[in-house]
Amino acid sequence: MRRRWFQFSSSYRNRGINPQGFHPSQLKFYLILLPLSAFMLLPMVFIFSHAFKPPDELFAYPPRFFVVNPTLKNFIDLFSRMSASSIPVSRYLFNSILVTVVTVAASVVVSSTAAYALSKKRFKLKQTLFAINTVALMFVPIAVTIPRFLIIERLHLMDTFWVHILPMLAMPVGLFLIKQFIDGIPDEVVEAAQIDGASDVWIYWQIILPMIRPAIATIAILSFQAAWNNADTSALYINNESLKTFAFYLTTLTSTTTGANVVAGQGIAAAASLIMFLPNLIIFIFMQSQVMSTMSHSGLKG
Amino acid sequence: MQTAKPQSSFMSSLKKWWMKEASAYGFISGYALMFLIFIAIPVAVAILLSFTFFDTIQPPRFLALKNYITLLTQDDIFMRYVLPNTIQFAVIVGPGGYLLAFILAWMLAQLPKVPRTIFALILYSPSMTAGVAMTVVWQALFSGDQTGYLNSFLLSLNLIQEPIQWLQSPQYLMPIMIIVTLWSSMGVGFLAMLAGILEINPELYEAGSIDGIRNRFQEIIYITIPSMKPQMLFGAVMAIVATFQAGAIGVTLSGSNPTPQYAGQLIVNHIEDYGFLRYEMGYAAAVSVVLLLMVWFFARVANRLFRED
Repeated sequence: MRRRWFQFSSSYRNRGINPQGFHPSQLKFYLILLPLSAFMLLPMVFIFSHAFKPPDELFAYPPRFFVVNPTLKNFIDLFSRMSASSIPVSRYLFNSILVTVVTVAASVVVSSTAAYALSKKRFKLKQTLFAINTVALMFVPIAVTIPRFLIIERLHLMDTFWVHILPMLAMPVGLFLIKQFIDGIPDEVVEAAQIDGASDVWIYWQIILPMIRPAIATIAILSFQAAWNNADTSALYINNESLKTFAFYLTTLTSTTTGANVVAGQGIAAAASLIMFLPNLIIFIFMQSQVMSTMSHSGLKG
Repeated sequence: MQTAKPQSSFMSSLKKWWMKEASAYGFISGYALMFLIFIAIPVAVAILLSFTFFDTIQPPRFLALKNYITLLTQDDIFMRYVLPNTIQFAVIVGPGGYLLAFILAWMLAQLPKVPRTIFALILYSPSMTAGVAMTVVWQALFSGDQTGYLNSFLLSLNLIQEPIQWLQSPQYLMPIMIIVTLWSSMGVGFLAMLAGILEINPELYEAGSIDGIRNRFQEIIYITIPSMKPQMLFGAVMAIVATFQAGAIGVTLSGSNPTPQYAGQLIVNHIEDYGFLRYEMGYAAAVSVVLLLMVWFFARVANRLFRED
């Protein structure tokens, strides 16, 4: 009897966190979350809607939020247009795609190998290195823009393709998340392989990598977002127009200081911002379950 | 033979060390190199430069603490606008965004998987694009003439008689910066907190209800937060960094550095103002060091709050 009551009460409690289905008690959360997410969603809807507006709707008064007669004209204009220094827009887009692909691949390799060593190997500096990386979680890159500028200048990285990629590879959050995830793999798995005479490279490649796919996906997304949205590198370290990225091109369309935001630029800027936003959204939708399973290991010991 | 022995044992121990640890350092080397070049050395250089006068043309001239003294006693703009702005911005956006992230994560955890995933995606989406693409949206929304969405809306309701220059008016710039930053503050920390809440063993809640926990609020204070301290701390550190990182928003929105009448000037903008517009690199470096110290200080405070005893 007592036991049955206990089960009843426990199911009552479990109804709270991570419920299996709908229950009237959840209504109050929907009541708050629905309007709030509608508000959060507005700018996103605006990006979509704005990008397909014909010129008369872009400048309609009173302004219209939703598009009425969608058109692809803005996209056609965008790609047929040359920038001020006669570089086609597709060149910026190509640069962005190339930079992003190389950055994501390289940062996955660099962070996951380092994380494997920090989690499963024994060596003297292990604790120290991890502690330094944890402090570096608090690193604000903007704060050291100037020393970075000087260093990049000295290393002759200015106006090279590499300056887009190399600074993005040291991602303390990425290393941290993968390391925490690998910590979840039992040491016995690695030790058993070592007894069988497996080399570290083999263990990393055959055992660790397949087991940490969610963490890999997560830092791939984070480095994708950082690289794809990065306009600062082009602005600070690149003078050669043909090496700049799409994110930078978008800032030239929107910045009011250069006086570029004239009538003709509006539709193009709207189309370009949709192109900027869409890949972020699509990749995150496909990988969100991996991200969540990585985040459950994300704890930072106080 | 005798004399060669110590050397060979040294060599063999070196070899042993090499066999044992070389591969570990090999695995780490790629990351360590990038970390050194783009994080560690810049911080060190910033600290060194902060004690000098450096205009990028002449070699740095040693000034000892003069930059810091100037910053604290003579930099009128820093003391009158930048510091108060930064504190106001950080105090509202930091704890505000953090609290919002926790409450939203907690609410989401009370929903079944499918709606939870959809809501989480919507709430996270603003932080995916932070910056570039969003300028288009915010500038259209807050545009200063009658075609701006907010102006048009308020005009049609007859609440205002003529369009307001939202992004150029000192009194509106800061509130708009705060709203925009809060809107995009559901980042990685928010996801970590959501995952942390979902991970908590349900038996803890059962045990809690036996021990006399009556309502949801007590449940949060006595079970939820203590069980996810590591995630709460991670979220806090991410929130602090994001808050100081978001500093560029005022310049992006208003389109000028310095922002109109320094209304939206934050430390980050002050660094760029001195570093890239006035070429006083040494002074800008001193401001950078102050910024890094502020982030570090707030992270220490968060560490205190969520320490696991």
